[in-house]
Amino acid sequence: MADQTLPIAGTVDVTPRRRSTATLLEWLHGWVVTVDHKRLGILYLVYGIFFLLVAGAEAIAIRIQLAWPGMHFLSPELYNEMFTMHGTTMVFLVGMTIIFGFANYLVPLMIGARDMAFPRLNAFSFWMSAFGGLLLYYSFIGGFGLYGMGAAPDVGWWAYAPLTARAFSPGHATDYWALALIVAGFGTLGTAINVIATTLSMRCRGMSLLRMPLFVWLMLVVSGLTLITITPLTAAQIMLVIDRYLGGHFFDTQAGGSAVVWMHFFWIFGHPEVYVLVMPAFGIASEIIPVFSRKAIFGYPAMVAASVGIAFVSLGVWAHHMFTVGMTSVGNAFFVLSTMLVGIPTGIKIFNWVATVWGGKIRFATPMLFCLGFLFQFLIAGLTGIMLSVAPWNWQLHNSYFVIAHFHYVLVGAIVFNIFAGIYYWYPKVTGRMLSETLGKWHFWLFLIGFHLTFDTMHFVGILGMPRSIYTYEPDRGWNHLNLIISLGGMIQGIAVLIFALNLVHSYFKGKMAGNDPWDAWTLEWAVPSPPPAYNFAADPVVHSRRPLWDLKHPEDPDWRYEG
Amino acid sequence: MISALALCLAVSGARAVWADAPQGTPSIFAPASTPATNIRDLSLFVLSITGGIFVVVGGLLAWAIFRYRARKTDDDSEPAQIYGSTQVELAWTVIPILIVVVLFLTTARIIFAIQDAPKPPAALEVTVVGHQFWWEFRYPKLGIVTANELHVPVSSKQDPKPTYLHLLSADVDHSFWVPQLAGKTDLIPNHPNDTWIDPLHPGLYVGQCAQFCGVEHAKMLLRVYVDPPDEFAAWVNQQKQPGVQDASVVAGRHVFETQACTNCHRITGTAAAGTFGPDLTHLASRATIASGAALNTPENLRAWIQDPDHLKPGALMPAMQLNGEQIDELVAYLNTLH
Repeated sequence: MADQTLPIAGTVDVTPRRRSTATLLEWLHGWVVTVDHKRLGILYLVYGIFFLLVAGAEAIAIRIQLAWPGMHFLSPELYNEMFTMHGTTMVFLVGMTIIFGFANYLVPLMIGARDMAFPRLNAFSFWMSAFGGLLLYYSFIGGFGLYGMGAAPDVGWWAYAPLTARAFSPGHATDYWALALIVAGFGTLGTAINVIATTLSMRCRGMSLLRMPLFVWLMLVVSGLTLITITPLTAAQIMLVIDRYLGGHFFDTQAGGSAVVWMHFFWIFGHPEVYVLVMPAFGIASEIIPVFSRKAIFGYPAMVAASVGIAFVSLGVWAHHMFTVGMTSVGNAFFVLSTMLVGIPTGIKIFNWVATVWGGKIRFATPMLFCLGFLFQFLIAGLTGIMLSVAPWNWQLHNSYFVIAHFHYVLVGAIVFNIFAGIYYWYPKVTGRMLSETLGKWHFWLFLIGFHLTFDTMHFVGILGMPRSIYTYEPDRGWNHLNLIISLGGMIQGIAVLIFALNLVHSYFKGKMAGNDPWDAWTLEWAVPSPPPAYNFAADPVVHSRRPLWDLKHPEDPDWRYEG
Repeated sequence: MISALALCLAVSGARAVWADAPQGTPSIFAPASTPATNIRDLSLFVLSITGGIFVVVGGLLAWAIFRYRARKTDDDSEPAQIYGSTQVELAWTVIPILIVVVLFLTTARIIFAIQDAPKPPAALEVTVVGHQFWWEFRYPKLGIVTANELHVPVSSKQDPKPTYLHLLSADVDHSFWVPQLAGKTDLIPNHPNDTWIDPLHPGLYVGQCAQFCGVEHAKMLLRVYVDPPDEFAAWVNQQKQPGVQDASVVAGRHVFETQACTNCHRITGTAAAGTFGPDLTHLASRATIASGAALNTPENLRAWIQDPDHLKPGALMPAMQLNGEQIDELVAYLNTLH
């Protein structure tokens, strides 16, 4: 089944790629000026994976410092820079770029389009995001302040006022942080507009909205959410720069400004941002779990509705990051309720994934292993989320390591696991070669063990009263052994990620040839050759159901007969 | 996958029995005050519900993965395709809604009970001011100012003597967190907050700043001494006295008064009236210096004065470039300030 050519109308087969005869400069030039959605998708992904390694190294440095009380591996200043850069990088340069990389590469292929709606805007967006990242990291060299101190930003990725005021953060590090996020933010907005336009107006014949693959649906929802959430962040950054350079007093508490207003701006961006990152991960899982369970996704309309529901509710929960800032009891109760409501559509999603697995024939290939890990971890992350939404308990858990554990369960246990799943799943499509399953399994099991050693244990030190953002801790608090375990788990995760990087490079040259459809899958991208030719489809394909390739492979039992 | 499941189960299991933490550990599950106890009880309730959900959903998932794995003996056929079921979707929408209603109502009750608790007239009032990187404690009705080590009277159910804390900040955001006494509340400039504790057992309770506030956020430690009534009265009496005047250390006092120390520190009964740094009138009665960064021993005090950055890199107190003799005299003087 795997390598047969499928008679999807419009798919073209091209002669195998010949080795390029271009000079290095021509090759480089080709990548810089490209407006091809697939090449831009690859650029996004390579860029994101590079920064994943950088921010991962920062996390390792943090964990060495915290492995034992009173360590002198990092100075307090450097430690603060490390956790600020780790957070900022992972959210803006890794999470956002990788999800938009997937979107760029896959959305046109999945909806039978030849490219994104606005190819040049697409290139512009990528380069804006890329320059935002460079600007942020240039601060390590150029961020010297008045006293030659604090090269990189060191105010936390949440950058609470008034610590960001010039009185408390002299020098330019904070400016690099603000400007980098403004620049990267414009890139993100461009891509969001592009994804919305593409999904709404570039779908092939027969692909109604309710026939779109769930990944495309989730990217549509995420892009809409991005438009709403990046805007207040950009506004707040501009206000911060005005405060710092033009004598503004938005957040300048010594002149009557408000620190709390910054928190509202930041979290009305920051909380939906979590959903911006996690929902593409849901999309990836919703593509992979059905294929490796050999069943259609259970409850497709409910999955779509739940996604839209999560996006909607997520815009009304931001102040659950602010239960300790002294809101009224009624205000606190409101945000308890709105936050708990998120659990309902999220629960529906988990139940539907379980129901998809139920009754299937599960193949434990590496993409599926990561997705199954995701299901367990996301279940736990959701339940610790419920715990944190309980405002009185949050007064204890807020800013403790319990919170760090919770959001890493979401960001790593759910998002990174699904990103890995997605890369193992679509790498064959992008490169034409399979990733090594042996290295993949090593990667999965080591990462799983390291993940649980680190982040399960973090819940406990949080419960035992250890706050976040501290560069060292007192030896008599009962946190010593737990921190050692956390650091050990961090190292194991680091080794796993290095195996992954090795796999990416090794398989690019030596991997097994993939063919069009190595996983026996059902969505349109598997109908075109691997890697797909320029412009993907010679003519518009036509689809009749959510799983066009299933219909072709099973003409006796096509989906369109059952889909309502 | 099985091992992952075992790990997950171990996590949720261990969470429920984490009450007996080692001594000196500020565990939120070892409360010693009404707000912390209310929160502990609420959290155990929430934990039992979420734990139940985990066992049911996680169990179903694990069973499905085990039961429906592909086997070597399988033929090439695809399993039955099931596209969904409205009844099932409805069922697993309604059940979570009911759970949310229960959780929300229970939570709201505790929010109002803690946050809107009426202040009894007998309550002790303390104003807490957060500084980079130390705590200032003012007892406005008692006329006491001290730093880093809060003393409060023990309370009891029969004779409630709660302490109400009014939280301010002199510079950036901080957060007051002593896990065994109450949840945390932030100290935000231009945004006064209030919280309260009523410790039921005498003893020392530790905590620390829980909102990142700059370089030395990690060494902005908190100690709360809960004293029996007579001890608390004695402490108040002692703190009300002006600084001890001991003729044998007059040289050290001279150093203090003629250097820049007086710009930032205050010692009642002397010319020193600064407010930027901690009040030192009764420095020798405190167990620690530098906001808990070191024990209050003559050696540590000497090292601190010589180079604050060495003990607590990034502390805002400058090294005053005193010579050895001056430092010896100064330490001798400060050690008399009981």
